[in-house]
Amino acid sequence: MNTPIDLMSALTGPAATGPSDHRWFPPGTHITVRGLTKRFGTTTLYENFDLDIPRGQLISIFGPNGCGKSTLINMMSGILPIDAGEVLFDGKALRDTRIGYVFQNYREAMFPWLRAIDNLRYPLKFLKLSKAEKNARVEKMIARFDVKIDLHRYPYELSGGQQQMVSIMRALIVDPEVLFMDEPFSALDYEMTLFMREQLQKAFMETRTTTLLVSHDLEEAVHLADKILLLTRKPTHIADYVAFDAPRPRDTETLSTPEFVRVKAHSLEVFQREVRKP
Amino acid sequence: MKPTWAERLAALFPKLAPLWGALVFVALWWIATSLKVIDPILLPSPADSAKALWKGMTGGSLLHDFLRTVTRTLLSFIIAVAIAVPLGIVLGSSDKIYRAVEFIIDFFRSTPASAMFPLFLVLFGVGEKTKIAVAAFGAALVILFNVAYGVMNARKLRQLAAKVMGASRVGVLTDVTFWESMPQTFVGMRSGVSLALVIVIVAEMFIGSTDGLGQRVINSQMIFDMPEMYASIFAAGALGYCLNLLFLSIERKFVHWGGK
Repeated sequence: MNTPIDLMSALTGPAATGPSDHRWFPPGTHITVRGLTKRFGTTTLYENFDLDIPRGQLISIFGPNGCGKSTLINMMSGILPIDAGEVLFDGKALRDTRIGYVFQNYREAMFPWLRAIDNLRYPLKFLKLSKAEKNARVEKMIARFDVKIDLHRYPYELSGGQQQMVSIMRALIVDPEVLFMDEPFSALDYEMTLFMREQLQKAFMETRTTTLLVSHDLEEAVHLADKILLLTRKPTHIADYVAFDAPRPRDTETLSTPEFVRVKAHSLEVFQREVRKP
Repeated sequence: MKPTWAERLAALFPKLAPLWGALVFVALWWIATSLKVIDPILLPSPADSAKALWKGMTGGSLLHDFLRTVTRTLLSFIIAVAIAVPLGIVLGSSDKIYRAVEFIIDFFRSTPASAMFPLFLVLFGVGEKTKIAVAAFGAALVILFNVAYGVMNARKLRQLAAKVMGASRVGVLTDVTFWESMPQTFVGMRSGVSLALVIVIVAEMFIGSTDGLGQRVINSQMIFDMPEMYASIFAAGALGYCLNLLFLSIERKFVHWGGK
């Protein structure tokens, strides 16, 4: 299953040739976080935090309330400034990296003065593409998601699920190297959540975009992830980094497989151990 | 079953509801004049006033004065918008600048614009310029305040979304903040145009004018031509009402997303 990824890492290899003091990271790593430090006033949220994100995998981030799950991806995506440390994408800085970001609050993340289709098209204006290429991207995105949404409506005329779908498409249309998602489905009902998981997986299987998904729902976190990053309470560090390699596409039946149950139970155990710590 | 006459009338009632108040008002007026409760010289009958209004607007000089007032109001409004909107965006997008000038803006916004007439007379002389300048000044402050407020309260998440997609600082301003401030800007423009009308009318009354609704009201009052005076007052009222209605409908069409 993992051959394409292994092949990629064999080609690129660890960027040990870069400027010196980078600590070692395993082959196939896409994003390296080193020495990340973040303080809010007198409280320390992250201190000397290291993390490796493998290429082409979907990583769920799960942890106790207030441990800084969203803060972590916000720092990685440049939304929040960091106090110290560095985040590199294939050894490059963020400004040289194409990213996509899906916010939890789709209502406020969409631009209500633009029709859904123009919302979708918006990030393309920052890429140097011809008009035909831009249109082709839009067509491709619509085909990929097989959307039955009238994209000529305004966002506020669409249902919550449809709005978030457009917002995911908007994040993916630039063909990002990394996709960040901050609790993207938490404002949706369960039926819609299951449908969105299916759609997200479909897109992920096609593009294999390295994805970071913050979730407050352990079932969702495990269901979608190749690896689940479990965080401690603050000052935050890694409690566990659990692999879950059930074959894709995963559907609702996956939720009752022994492997899923085992990984979820283990994650829950780690989580509760962290929550109960004094 | 065919609706009866009474049922049809009953169905019509809620639709015509806004008219009933006006009808009662005219009826009371008519009763007052026909019973001579008030001196008929001071309060002519509704019919006489309506006649004066109709005559004046269809060929009389009222139409000319009406259009002069409309021109002055719109001209001062356009000047106000041209100055206040860009300035408001700049002020609103910088916390530091805004806090530095907030007091000044708030102070002059609270100063009655009519108190500025003498100053503007000195600056612009007796004539067209002064009327338009004072009205533009008053309207500009109201609009400025609202635009800056709208910009400051732009949703941070939308700005972040644009930034994360690759928009520059200026890009965030033009693609998001400008649009986000629109609903509040329209509130400001609506109050601004009303205020401009008020100031223009007052200026026409007192700053040597030869035309305009304000001048007409005060002239007919001086020669005791009461139907003419009421006609001019109604023309001014209708103008204010229609401007408000016009701006409301533009607002509804243009900032359809307001509050969403």
